[in-house]
Amino acid sequence: MEKSKEWPLWEVFIRSKQGLNHKHVGSLRASDATMAIDNARDVYTRRSEGISIWVVPSNNITASDPSDEDSLFEPANSKVYRHPTFYDVPDGISHM
Amino acid sequence: MTTKEALYNYTLRMGDDSLILGQRLSELCGHGPILEEDIALTNISLDLIGQATLLLDYAGELDKDSRNKDQLAFLRIEKQYVNILLVEQPNGHFGDTILRQFLFDAYRTALLERLSTSKDKRLAGIAEKSLKETKYHLKHSSEWVIRLGDGTEESHLRIQNSLDKLFRYAHELFYENEVDNLLIKEGIVPSAQGIYPVWEKTVNDVLEAATLSLPKNNWKFQGGREGRHSEHMGYLLADMQYMQRTYPNMEW
Repeated sequence: MEKSKEWPLWEVFIRSKQGLNHKHVGSLRASDATMAIDNARDVYTRRSEGISIWVVPSNNITASDPSDEDSLFEPANSKVYRHPTFYDVPDGISHM
Repeated sequence: MTTKEALYNYTLRMGDDSLILGQRLSELCGHGPILEEDIALTNISLDLIGQATLLLDYAGELDKDSRNKDQLAFLRIEKQYVNILLVEQPNGHFGDTILRQFLFDAYRTALLERLSTSKDKRLAGIAEKSLKETKYHLKHSSEWVIRLGDGTEESHLRIQNSLDKLFRYAHELFYENEVDNLLIKEGIVPSAQGIYPVWEKTVNDVLEAATLSLPKNNWKFQGGREGRHSEHMGYLLADMQYMQRTYPNMEW
């Protein structure tokens, strides 16, 4: 196999503040994990977007097949009773 | 010389080092080797220009001619700039840029750590704020020196050449004259003797990890602190001062 001259791709996840999830914000190239964190800091948090960074090699992510969309996701659309919308959320509960 | 005059000179030196290195790095905006590094170098450039703003603002308040920070930054002539020669050296290839940055960051971090406990509260405040940025700059440049030095045969050769070429300017980081002597005595600034061993340890540790070796010659170039600059300085100033010279007092 020909050795790639390009650096591996990394997916970047940022936690914007304490108590929230890390969210996927984009991807970047870096030669290794340390550099990926540094690059993510410079590319994705320069406007105070976060307090924690995760990076994951993109090739470690297994994705669903877009052609399976119908059988995977379509059936959920008609099942309104799965949504917890039949009770009142108390005041002061955010991030639900 | 009064304490105020010495402090003016000292803040001007630090401000000029930051300003000129920031200007140098800004030349790479849009020209970085990869997108991620382009943004990283531009962030560092902006940090340095921000630090220069704080330092020259203070220098302006101490200046006997009451010049403000913009006048100090843009309207002095070459021999009135007191930055060290290292920071005005051209960007060269990426290894040159990184090595220049590393030698400077290792020094600045050690300096700011000590300055943050200065008896001069204003200077201590500036140092404390800048230190957070500069620690990251050092991490970034160290990582790259190690990667390039301990990377491929070609990257090793090229950054070793950068080290051979730029190390002669490192000596000037520890320049001292009566300005320093006066301020050291008053507990306002640390002595080069206190900073040098810290800098030397950082440099040795990183160079060892990078499998790089210091040049055998003992060349020491200096002059910047006394206003004698290399041939590169004039071009840099022409670029940097163009707007203020062409449109005096313009504001952005």
